[in-house]
Amino acid sequence: MTRTLLALLGVALAVVAPAAASEQSPTLPELERELICPTCHETLAASSSPIAQRMRAFIRARIAAGDTKSEIKNKLVDQFGESVLAAPPKSGFNLLAWVLPLAGIVLAAAVVGFLAYRWSRGRAAEDEEEAVGPPAHGRFTLDPELERRLDEELARYDA
Amino acid sequence: MPGRLRIVLQAAAVLVVALLLALLGWQVFQKDNEPDLGRPAPNFTLPHLNSEEEVSLASFRGKAVVLNFWASWCGPCKDEAPLLESAWNRYKDKGVVVLGVDAQDFDVDAQRFVDRAGITYPIVRDKHGSTLGHYGVTGFPETWFIDAQGRIVGEHVAGPLTEDDLERNIKIALGEPA
Repeated sequence: MTRTLLALLGVALAVVAPAAASEQSPTLPELERELICPTCHETLAASSSPIAQRMRAFIRARIAAGDTKSEIKNKLVDQFGESVLAAPPKSGFNLLAWVLPLAGIVLAAAVVGFLAYRWSRGRAAEDEEEAVGPPAHGRFTLDPELERRLDEELARYDA
Repeated sequence: MPGRLRIVLQAAAVLVVALLLALLGWQVFQKDNEPDLGRPAPNFTLPHLNSEEEVSLASFRGKAVVLNFWASWCGPCKDEAPLLESAWNRYKDKGVVVLGVDAQDFDVDAQRFVDRAGITYPIVRDKHGSTLGHYGVTGFPETWFIDAQGRIVGEHVAGPLTEDDLERNIKIALGEPA
């Protein structure tokens, strides 16, 4: 139990520590991937437009001044609006952009699960109808009507 | 699956597809719509570049407006700024306003541009670029001319202005023979 808890703690630290380091000491390449050039609507990493170059210079200056990633992003949002962010912030109305796809996946999984359940139950019922009567001593019993007709045919054949 | 459930699911799927198509159509037709000649110029209210004062296009009704979209990082904007400043000084007492809209830019860069070019005509700051779509602006500089009734007149100059462009279109905006 203790080992499991320690392992979970280790995994949590492995995930959280780099994120915290990135927030405190951001690099230009990671911010270039998380910000959009306002004139060409590509990430800064993919853009060489004049405003993208100016934004890179701004980011370098702010990193050198010791700003955190959030502070740099907030300053750019103040200048260009939220459309400068490659991913919408996880707050307010923008939270919907994060929640809706997850809700869609959960809903789709529920619908598929429900349909699969209905389908498998339908198939089981059909199988039961096809196999007339329960197997007795390893053999299937016949429908009484079919058995009567078969007896009649055999009697006619014997005669 | 019962027939009713199947119909409900099919209707829901059709509704979702119809909504997505409607959204796509709305996006396609909403973007970059240029105002038509003779139609009212789309109004806006934006903060002045170096103050908190809000400036509304409608507040210039009764005057001809030279509406110039620019940014400090735009090379041709630097060449055209002296022409606009000169026109502003010549025509401001004759019922003409030159109004600059700075967009997709840093505040400090815009202010430095204005100081270096010695611009004295009003400049507003469109941080979010909200006016660009309404005027079909796809690059800088671009200029529109508006008459005293607030209607789009003359030519939409997409690119740097010449002295002739300015003179001709200001006269049209003033209702004078070109």
